[in-house]
Amino acid sequence: MYCEECKIRPATVHLAQMFNGQKIEVHLCEQCASQKGAIIFGTNNQLSISNLLGSFLGGDHSIQEAKSLVQNTSCPSCGIKLFDIRQTGKLGCAKCYMAFEQELGPSLRRIHGNRQHVGKIPLRGGEKVLWRKQMESLKQRLQEAVAREEYEEAAEIRDQIKSLEKRTG
Amino acid sequence: MGGVNINNLFEETFVAWMNGQAASQSDIVISSRVRLARNLNDIAFPHLLNQQSGQKFMQLISEAWKKSQVNELKQMELVTFENLSALDRKILVEKHLISPYHAQATGPYQGLLVKADGSLAIMINEEDHLRIQCFLPGLQLEEAYQRAQEIDDALEEELDFAFDDHRGYLTSCPTNIGTGMRASLMLHLPAISISGQSGHIFQNLSQLGLAVRGIYGEGTEAIGNFFQLSNQITLGQSEEDINASLTAISQQVIEQERLLRDSLSEQMKYQLEDRIGRAYGILTHARLISSNEALTLLSDVRLGVDMGMIPGINPFALNELVVDIRPAHLQKKAGSDMNAVERDAKRAEVIREKLQTGK
Ligand SMILES: [Zn+2]
Ligand SMILES: [Zn+2]
Repeated sequence: MYCEECKIRPATVHLAQMFNGQKIEVHLCEQCASQKGAIIFGTNNQLSISNLLGSFLGGDHSIQEAKSLVQNTSCPSCGIKLFDIRQTGKLGCAKCYMAFEQELGPSLRRIHGNRQHVGKIPLRGGEKVLWRKQMESLKQRLQEAVAREEYEEAAEIRDQIKSLEKRTG
Repeated sequence: MGGVNINNLFEETFVAWMNGQAASQSDIVISSRVRLARNLNDIAFPHLLNQQSGQKFMQLISEAWKKSQVNELKQMELVTFENLSALDRKILVEKHLISPYHAQATGPYQGLLVKADGSLAIMINEEDHLRIQCFLPGLQLEEAYQRAQEIDDALEEELDFAFDDHRGYLTSCPTNIGTGMRASLMLHLPAISISGQSGHIFQNLSQLGLAVRGIYGEGTEAIGNFFQLSNQITLGQSEEDINASLTAISQQVIEQERLLRDSLSEQMKYQLEDRIGRAYGILTHARLISSNEALTLLSDVRLGVDMGMIPGINPFALNELVVDIRPAHLQKKAGSDMNAVERDAKRAEVIREKLQTGK
């Protein structure tokens, strides 16, 4: 994501604040953010740039705490340090999501809520996910069939579940 | 490859999204764009690529492209930025095919896979490894998504995309995970702007989880009344749902724009005609014109054309003209560097010619 102001540098400052009962989000680079400073939310806003940086992508630690906390943590795959992720707002590689799962968790929830992906699934490497989804929907249908006392249908669905279990090992 | 000539992308202004003749709502919705972010599993994200991993990446992507049996992918051409001048990269930005950030890249592993008509363009190693984009005229997000995702499928036959059961497609910036999709519409909304309604309409849109920004101008300013409307949410909604809701919401905006156009022409007929007439007068006679003034007046002229007040001008020629008068396109036309005054003179000339022929 780029800075909404200059559209060139990466946005590392993410401001979200309730304003007149409405949530306003602004994504800026550090430079533009410090230039804009207090203008964004008026002069009496208490959010300073530094504690915003600290709170994005890393729980609620201050920058100092965060620095010492993650000094030794780096992604085993790409080598990026959590501190650098906080600085740039970008991860180093796909494996970072696992490597920093704990540390990124709160920020991801802040950005996306507790949502789960429901869109397209890649065919490659996505088979397992597809099977799981199929299984979930079969189990759902099974419950419904049982609730409706449609036992023949339920038996059929059970067979399907068994055969899917066999296929997926 | 394949004998397709992409020189036109750099020599001519026209690209596919500019001709809305057959597209729906194309008087107000200039274009629809769908962008899918994809990354490979085992290679660092673009900002950490070094020569070795960058080369490996380019090898993987060009093999996937060359091996593909899918027509639209086969028809694309690969351009790397080491072989492209800064001017040509800016040309691509002005056509909206690449981002300003991407245009700063000059490396052998940054570039573009692009179809000659500009309807499909894959940014290579921008913020993500691949950003597959489809651009179409008018309101047709579903079609744009279908074409982008066919390219996605075609590439996936050869490439392992980073994907996680819960988080969906993994992206370099955690704000894009999930579908990795950004769908956006470019809207021309002069009546909403003129009647001072933009503030509260856009506030409502952002409450609905959409982002609105001006296409030309810094920050919230929208020179020429061109706005981009796009989805903010990428996780927890399917691509189809995102596109459907963006389409439905934009239809309400379009309806509002039409209502305001009607009431302007009923209640402020003379003021509106005067405004449009003056804009047309200046644009057909000016000898020097700045980019901002031109964009502002062209918005009025376009409104006049849409409302039948100015005959003989094809509205889609104006889509082209807006890009024609951007700095890199002007410089390309002039064939040499220009100072500010020369550029304003060239811009005025290009506009006069276009409005005279109307095509
Ligand atoms: Zn900035
Ligand atoms: Zn990593």
